[in-house]
Amino acid sequence: MTATAPPEVAALPGERPALVVRGLRKSFGDATAVDGVDLEVRRGEFVTLLGPSGSGKTTTLRMVAGFMAPSGGSIEIDGSDMTRVPPYRRDVGMVFQNYALFPHMTAAQNIAFPLQMRRTVRPEITRRVADALALVKLEKFGDRYPRQLSGGQQQRIALARAVVFEPQLLLMDEPLGALDRKLREALQLEILHVSRQLGATVLYVTHDQEEALVMSDRIAIFSAGRIEQLGSGEDLYDRPVSLFVADFIGESNILRGRYEGDDSGAGWVARGAWRWRVGPAAAQRSALATGAAAALVVRPERIRIVAGDAGVPGGANAVEATVADALYLGSDRKYGLTLSDGQRAAVREQRDEGRRQWEIGDAVRLIWSIDDGVLVADPAG
Amino acid sequence: MTESWRQPRRLLMAALGALTVFYLLAPTLVIIPMSFTEASIMSFPPEGFSLQWYERMFTDRQWSSGMVNSLEVAVLTAILATVLGTLAALGLTRGRFPGRNIVNAIALTPLIVPVVIIAIGMFSLFVQWRISGSLLGLVLAHTALALPFVIVNVGTSLRTMDRNLELAAANLGADPRRTFMRITLPIILPGVLAGAIFSFITSWDEVVVAIFLTTARFRTLPVEMWEQVRQVVDPTVAAVSTTLLLVTTVLLLLLLVVRRQAPAR
Repeated sequence: MTATAPPEVAALPGERPALVVRGLRKSFGDATAVDGVDLEVRRGEFVTLLGPSGSGKTTTLRMVAGFMAPSGGSIEIDGSDMTRVPPYRRDVGMVFQNYALFPHMTAAQNIAFPLQMRRTVRPEITRRVADALALVKLEKFGDRYPRQLSGGQQQRIALARAVVFEPQLLLMDEPLGALDRKLREALQLEILHVSRQLGATVLYVTHDQEEALVMSDRIAIFSAGRIEQLGSGEDLYDRPVSLFVADFIGESNILRGRYEGDDSGAGWVARGAWRWRVGPAAAQRSALATGAAAALVVRPERIRIVAGDAGVPGGANAVEATVADALYLGSDRKYGLTLSDGQRAAVREQRDEGRRQWEIGDAVRLIWSIDDGVLVADPAG
Repeated sequence: MTESWRQPRRLLMAALGALTVFYLLAPTLVIIPMSFTEASIMSFPPEGFSLQWYERMFTDRQWSSGMVNSLEVAVLTAILATVLGTLAALGLTRGRFPGRNIVNAIALTPLIVPVVIIAIGMFSLFVQWRISGSLLGLVLAHTALALPFVIVNVGTSLRTMDRNLELAAANLGADPRRTFMRITLPIILPGVLAGAIFSFITSWDEVVVAIFLTTARFRTLPVEMWEQVRQVVDPTVAAVSTTLLLVTTVLLLLLLVVRRQAPAR
């Protein structure tokens, strides 16, 4: 559960990270909202803080913005310590969930505001406001007041206002949370384009995992005020380090049991009469000791369904189940199954010609490659 | 069946409503026509039509100086109460300090404490300070009476304002002073103007404190009326009343306009 950058995104020697957060803490009376967050963001990187509400992601973002004083730890932006610097001297842009456009100013006046605060000369303000409006494709809307714009348009103006002064860091606090699904997807791409075009460093907060997966270079999964795991979407999906991450990102089948290590560095998860093989890579990543409560995590699309009397190929794990329901999801077919000990499982299969379709009540066997199982500790066990 | 009893009930309600409105407006409806009378005593219904009492009001030295004094006191009170009240509201809504609720309650006491008690207290103090019977004394006293209206109006505006706007301004590089001048003040301006109008009206028709704190050489319009009515019942008083009423009504209409101008959020 360390939060250091994985090797492929670690800062190059000599390159200064855009943001370094160390041991950041925030408590309100007895309640601890943020409990020791470490995070490094490279220049030009898009990092998302993802987690359920109350997990500390927004509090972390607000401390980086300077809206809240940390109870402990430090915040460094572009090499300078900003922990005690007021927000108006931090040079970071922020996009709020409710847009926070100034209602008594037009869109263009809103965008001009940060430039006026920096005493930019008037002709340059005019030019940069026009550029910013063009960047978010709202050239013709500069004279409108916020209340005359739709939610999506308001958020694009807010984005233009947050980037027009070329801040060191762009913060976004659930910027699409108030928009409907279709608009959200369109704006996700637009935010990505704008931030890439400007080479902006972005720290983004959301509770929507799909949004995080689509947009981010790296994702920090927050839970109870800490970063549970930090990595690319692929890391989190294929190699979750905890049951929380496995459960939070995507759908998972969770097979609980006891871990049994063996001499080869690999091992088994045992539950009743079942024993599932754990590959050496997965076993070593989990660092579990024999006898520990463990869970084997398998993604629904990694499992195949075969007839109950079919054999188990080498290099595969298996478990017996009964088909409980079958759903058609366009290109996919999703099965809900009940294991013989009552646990639930889900399998997602592509609808191929010739693939057998299972009916409710069929006795089947679920098989998956040993390499597709991820071993994590089971805190409830 | 429900309809059959609802119909007479509605009629009764309407009649009761009309009676209440009449009851509230009756004194006003009496005084306005009386100000246009040709007779030299106050009587209802008025006889004939003339503007002589209005002419008298503007030409008579006592009446006209009363009007100037009243205007001066009300304008200065509105300015002082609005500035102080806005600052107080900022501190009471944005500040975090021990005893904030107590300070808030104390700031609103002039609304509750009987005015005559405030008047006696101020009178004894102001005599000591030698500002009784002066413009300054009355402005200070009326400011105390008007402050709660400003604090309540501006406080409401501040509380309904989106705090993120101030955070956004800070984030975009505005220090607290510029955030207030460029963002907060324009947004709460309807509340500030409402407070100013209330302050003006509070002072404009205030009579109790003014009776204590004015002298024969320095009188406001309501005090002048009080003095005159006790001696002669001259219809000029009706003309002055109508003028006071007109100013207050115009200001209240202005208040409605100001409230409607509040930016949609």
